[in-house]
Amino acid sequence: MAQIFHPSTNTFSKVSIFGAVFLVGGLLWGLAVVNRSGYATQAGVAREQPVPFSHRHHSGELGLDCRYCHTSVEDSSSANIPPTQTCINCHAQIWADSPTLEPVRASYRSGESIQWVKVHDLPDFVYFDHSIHINKGIGCASCHGRVDEMNLVRQVSTLQMEWCVDCHRNPAAHVRPKEEVFNMSWFTQDQEALGARLVDEYHIESRDDCSVCHR
Amino acid sequence: MADKKPTKGSKQKGAPVSAGAGSRSLSSHLPPVVEPGYTMATVADKISEVVLTQNTPRGWYIGLAFSFALTMLLLVSITWLLVRGVGIWGINVPVAWAFAIINFVWWIGIGHAGTLISAILLLLRQDWRTSINRFAEAMTLFAVACAGLYPLLHMGRPWLAYWLFPYPNTMGMWPQFRSPLVWDVFAVTTYLLVSLMFWYIGLIPDLATLRDRSPSRTGRIVYGLLAMGWRGSARHWHRYEMTYLLLAGLSTPLVVSVHTIVSFDFAVAQVPGWHATVFPPYFVAGAVYAGFAMVVILAIPLRRFYGLQDFVTMRHLDHMARIMLATGLFVAYGYMIETFMAWYSGSVYESSLMNNRFTGPYAILYWSLLLFNVLIPQGLWFARVRSSTTALFMIAISVSIGMWLERFIIVVVSLHRDFLPSSWGMYYPTFWDWSMYLGSIGLFFSLLFLFLRFLPMISIFEMRTLLPESEVKEDLG
Repeated sequence: MAQIFHPSTNTFSKVSIFGAVFLVGGLLWGLAVVNRSGYATQAGVAREQPVPFSHRHHSGELGLDCRYCHTSVEDSSSANIPPTQTCINCHAQIWADSPTLEPVRASYRSGESIQWVKVHDLPDFVYFDHSIHINKGIGCASCHGRVDEMNLVRQVSTLQMEWCVDCHRNPAAHVRPKEEVFNMSWFTQDQEALGARLVDEYHIESRDDCSVCHR
Repeated sequence: MADKKPTKGSKQKGAPVSAGAGSRSLSSHLPPVVEPGYTMATVADKISEVVLTQNTPRGWYIGLAFSFALTMLLLVSITWLLVRGVGIWGINVPVAWAFAIINFVWWIGIGHAGTLISAILLLLRQDWRTSINRFAEAMTLFAVACAGLYPLLHMGRPWLAYWLFPYPNTMGMWPQFRSPLVWDVFAVTTYLLVSLMFWYIGLIPDLATLRDRSPSRTGRIVYGLLAMGWRGSARHWHRYEMTYLLLAGLSTPLVVSVHTIVSFDFAVAQVPGWHATVFPPYFVAGAVYAGFAMVVILAIPLRRFYGLQDFVTMRHLDHMARIMLATGLFVAYGYMIETFMAWYSGSVYESSLMNNRFTGPYAILYWSLLLFNVLIPQGLWFARVRSSTTALFMIAISVSIGMWLERFIIVVVSLHRDFLPSSWGMYYPTFWDWSMYLGSIGLFFSLLFLFLRFLPMISIFEMRTLLPESEVKEDLG
């Protein structure tokens, strides 16, 4: 009876058994990476808007306070997308004839809202509340990044549950003095000591049970 | 060179297989494990012929066609389940666990006989296990496959089943390790993997025999790949023996642990009828009971159909009947203690549960359970019953039904009336409940028929060690 398999099959089979471990391990690792990448989470993707509104210009260069537009961020779950009237407060006189702003004026004339594109869109089964975060000393920039440096806003965080829960389990790593919440460029060298002190002072509980966010 | 004289050549090295020689003299008063008149070559001929023949028996086609039709019913049911959700079953609050969990426990239990036969009886050097271990192990695998379907489908979103495993996920969460449902995942996965390895490693020398005997080139290549280069050298046999023994050691605790953990799914909860300390041993005994019943159900038609009465002898059936009798008594003791504790605890909930079992809307099922699982199997005390294949077959069927009813009583009857009368309800199975159940039986038998056709259902090389020929070699050595 002739040999069925060439002798090289021995090497091949040994390598494939050994290699399978690395192949499976590598695939799983790759999946974990892709899952957390901007490809899956849309982090880092700047969104086109109906009007090319620049946060960098308004917040960074002109120095408008976040709350000038996002009026309800301190008392409501939603930060509030400003109505067209807020734009017109200034743009009735500044750039009043600019063709770029024609959609804003059209919206003001007709009373139809501008359809802004939502950048930070949490799943519907998550009940997120801006006010509690603001009032316990979590800065806007902690989640939204340096919006004052972005022309078109993009998501900087993954918005994955892992990311939420990281902070909920250890708020001290991110909490800041309440008066610095709206300061986009605030930074401290000693977050550890400050965080521990503020968590105590603001009575921040590390809450990571399901019903905090899923009701 | 070595693989040119496979059947005899490989066997001479195979002599160290220990399962047989020693205990045979002790049990000489019993009927033999192999009928006399066989040689090394004729054993291999007889068993491998079933696989290597060109003429597949017509009965095999009929059996497979029937089981395959039922498997299609399973596929239809699963598809409809995925389209519509678990609402197509009769489950609702308060009975949110019903057929899916009953069938899961039933199938997992059936698998236990295979592991017990292959691991514990090997370590105890029970040579009679040799003729039944291969197909009992296959039975275990197929039963675990059927069992595994149910919890996955019961989840509602089976495509997220991987959430059950602890891995660094994007939710920053681990499974709830305090829940026995998570232990179940580990227990069943381990069970499946170890059983699969045990079965496959036991097959390797036989796959090599098939490779060497196969008349077709395709057969030689396929069996050759599966045999992983087995040549039957002394080194191969040495490593094989070591691996097999280690795996037997690894499987032994699984016989006890898997069904213990399945019982924790219930016993850790506070529902009357579940919260009992007797559950783990009672479940394990029930599993072995149901498992041996299934082995008997399979062995009796198989040995007749394939003419294997010389290998699976009346002695095997007798031993299995005795094990069924013993484990059946454990189970009966479990029923007794449950009833006793309901009274002795003084808990109004426990005693009203018992009352509900005896006289409630499902009482007929409880009395049938006692009939099928306790009363009818008492026939096994009599040697005349144990030596009648018809009677044994009927009793095994009765036990299978009884064990299914037991799980129905535990799951449904406990849930449908718990602490608050305002939340009481009834459970009635729907068409899709039944179709899933029948479908999984179809899947089980389809896999079994394919196994019978393509792999040796009895271990060829281990059977040879039971022959008088193999004993001579020890003198030579």
